[in-house]
Amino acid sequence: MHDAALSDQASLDALAARLAELRGRYPAADPAMVAEVVRAVLASMQGDLTPKEAVLLAGVEDLARTIANAKDEIAAVGVDEITDNHIPSATDELDAIVQHTAAATDQILETCETLDRVAGALDGELAASLQDATTRIYEACSFQDITGQRITKVVATLKTIESKVAHIVAVVGGAGAEASAPVSADAALLNGPQLPANAMDQSDIDRLLASFD
Amino acid sequence: MAIDKSMNVLIVDDYKTMLRIIRNLLKQIDFNNVEEATDGAEALGKLRVGNFGLVISDWNMQPMTGLQLLQEVRADGRLKSTPFIMITAESKAENVVAAKQAGVSNYIVKPFNAETLKEKIEKVLGHA
Repeated sequence: MHDAALSDQASLDALAARLAELRGRYPAADPAMVAEVVRAVLASMQGDLTPKEAVLLAGVEDLARTIANAKDEIAAVGVDEITDNHIPSATDELDAIVQHTAAATDQILETCETLDRVAGALDGELAASLQDATTRIYEACSFQDITGQRITKVVATLKTIESKVAHIVAVVGGAGAEASAPVSADAALLNGPQLPANAMDQSDIDRLLASFD
Repeated sequence: MAIDKSMNVLIVDDYKTMLRIIRNLLKQIDFNNVEEATDGAEALGKLRVGNFGLVISDWNMQPMTGLQLLQEVRADGRLKSTPFIMITAESKAENVVAAKQAGVSNYIVKPFNAETLKEKIEKVLGHA
């Protein structure tokens, strides 16, 4: 408040000095006429911007320029191309990977089932050896389930990115934003496969389960 | 305690390939009476009209998850003591805790091997 008063006084002093200078340069000017002109100008500013409002207006103008630049940049990036073509194409490719690996896995399993039937007709070590081999193949084929779940997570991530990009475009373009759907407690537990570095293995899970006993 | 391997086993997974793998692994350890369901709701329907000695279920299924199926089984007077093994890729501690609190008999994390499946079945049915 004290600083503001000092600043106002400084402005008045500067104005008085400026008027004195003008009187020196234009001695013919009638001070009363100058005063009348100033009063008229000041009167015309009644209801116009205060200094704080002027600063605010400048800020708003900056913001408008930033938004306009962002719009230009988004247009230059070709967001429509990303949401209309790139992401749907990527998700289609991933879906195709899941379908092809599932089909290949089914063929492998069918072959294993044939080998199991052959093993059933054999005796002794040969039968045991053949069944052991098919067991290893069955175990390995479970990759398809894990791969499918991982790819489903990637597709979900791509769709989230698509939605966020559309949201940003809608906000910058002035449209209203859609609120995210709340996540239920059960859905919050659907984490899917973890990366090996983050995952608990079977022995970790056995220890955790045993801690309840 | 001898395990009755002629019992009916219900396996539940929305991946048909996984059902096929588990069925074949069970067959290799002499469980031949195996029925399948592709989600929790279908499984619950089969459990309510059938007579199953063991349920082996995935977690991540729609519309009814394996956890919801487990909760329904434990809340059902006739089914509540049915041994229930969760086989899932959900390997976070919070999942294991939630399953245990819902009454899971044992928990196998994918990818698993035949030996782990056999060991957990024997453990669960040995205590049944």
